[in-house]
Amino acid sequence: MARKFLVLGEVRDGSLRNVSFEAIGAAKLAADGGEIVGVLVGDSVQNFGDELIQYGADRVIAVENDQLKQYTSDGYAQSLLAVIEQEKPEGIFFGHTALGKDLAPKLAGKLESGLISDVTSIEEEGGNIVFTRPIYSGKAFEKKIVTAGVIFATIRPNNIEPLAKDESRSGDVSTLSVDIKDLRTIIKDVVRKASEGVDLSEAKVIIAGGRGVKSEDGFEPLKELAQVLGGAVGASRGACDADYCDYSLQIGQTGKVVTPDLYIACGISGAIQHLAGMSNSKVIVAINKDPEANIFNVADYGIVGDLFEVVPLLTEEFKKLKVNA
Amino acid sequence: MNIYVLLKRTFDTEEKITLSNGKINEDGAEFIINPYDEYAVEEAIQVRDAQGGEVTVISVGTEEAEKQLRTALAMGADKAVLINIEDDIENGDQFTTAKIIGEYLKDKNADLIIAGNVAIDGGSGQVGPRVAEILGIPYITTITKLDIENGNVSVIRDVEGDSETIEASLPLLVTAQQGLNEPRYPSLPGIMKAKKKPLEELELDDLDLEEDDVEAKTKTIEIYLPAKKEAGKVLDGEISAQVTELVQLLRSEAKVI
Repeated sequence: MARKFLVLGEVRDGSLRNVSFEAIGAAKLAADGGEIVGVLVGDSVQNFGDELIQYGADRVIAVENDQLKQYTSDGYAQSLLAVIEQEKPEGIFFGHTALGKDLAPKLAGKLESGLISDVTSIEEEGGNIVFTRPIYSGKAFEKKIVTAGVIFATIRPNNIEPLAKDESRSGDVSTLSVDIKDLRTIIKDVVRKASEGVDLSEAKVIIAGGRGVKSEDGFEPLKELAQVLGGAVGASRGACDADYCDYSLQIGQTGKVVTPDLYIACGISGAIQHLAGMSNSKVIVAINKDPEANIFNVADYGIVGDLFEVVPLLTEEFKKLKVNA
Repeated sequence: MNIYVLLKRTFDTEEKITLSNGKINEDGAEFIINPYDEYAVEEAIQVRDAQGGEVTVISVGTEEAEKQLRTALAMGADKAVLINIEDDIENGDQFTTAKIIGEYLKDKNADLIIAGNVAIDGGSGQVGPRVAEILGIPYITTITKLDIENGNVSVIRDVEGDSETIEASLPLLVTAQQGLNEPRYPSLPGIMKAKKKPLEELELDDLDLEEDDVEAKTKTIEIYLPAKKEAGKVLDGEISAQVTELVQLLRSEAKVI
């Protein structure tokens, strides 16, 4: 049954996030041939409309307003409620990002609707859209359906394939004027801590350090390897608790849950809480001095050795590969 | 200041998850305060100590949650409320929980509500913002710092590693991110005192709610465990040879590079 779905295109640092294209892919699966309408919200975002269409949206609605320069739950909720009212979609998908996690529950609450958070796959089963999501940080999974209201979902990065970009696709990009008022939270300042460039939750490659990195400086070889591979640096709780790095890098049952293509665990013992955050990565490499370390039980490949010896060698080896490529 | 904390009883993070009859097996499992809610309890106590007022901790669940509420009281919260849904609701979701909490809080004139940003079991992170929406108050999620002066609030919000400084005013709901504080352990005198602190137990009836009013908007149709990973390959030989082999394997076998 064809259904209309909205997808929020999230712009960060001047470009659309990859997870927004994945969310379009997810909406395609759910819509069963129905229309996909991309939604853009910001002070000047209309120009991103064509890209959403090239990734599978049929048309795009942009809500532009000076008050929407920065994300606030009030401003974005007013914008999206106006779009939902106009379009009356069957459902609306977001990336499971800081923005999606913050905004979707408010809208679902307002519309007394079901929201399925952190979706990793979607299928159609007997007329229902069935969402799969991890629970207990990936120690188990559940399949859920929305039974009332608009179908809300947030899509976890790196799990659902986006459609191939098709530059020949075209569609209508229109604007919707919304009166934005009564913003109750005001952003005064933003400090960028994540200087590494690649966002941990969206990274295809993650190099993670544990207590074995021994110090803040101990993360340097990991950062170099991450740079060569275009990946991000993460950490175990042990490394964060020991102040070797910021808590924003923590991967685990508390902290971020990640599913990159390649996860390289360096000096991480593999406590169950850490495994919960990364064990669904596609390929896991463990580097640890202790051959008995639990991390080897989930690793596809392991090297028993000193990370300070192995990691720089690995960096060199990948550099060679790049030069030869 | 009238401060409320939303608290969930969850599995200990050390627990392995098993299924019985298609449901998560709770037999013999250890339960704790959801770690993010522990930050919320600690923050509430600190705000009260600085500003005066009272901290009330609320949990929606079964009577087993009394243990976690007593722990929060032993940490220093003043009162606890357990909304026991055991007899009324079989399959609730985040809408259900938020609706119940919203109904309870609607006439309580809360100045500040603090919740964890996510529970480590369900992991949806919805209840905080949904409660704020029901109460018609603003919210800020994943905060790592909270300052309150004359009713004006300044928080630092963690946004995927970036820090936003955000201003708002009370009443306000915030959700705690790791790094907000270092939760205290209950002291022995704290534990003794907690036994005498008020813990009110309510059911849906007491909130004038019918089961239909809080009926879930989603339904779980299956729970399953991930496929067990096969044992991987631990390499051997000279370290430099292992590194070369690893890169080869990642390219040709795993095909991730």
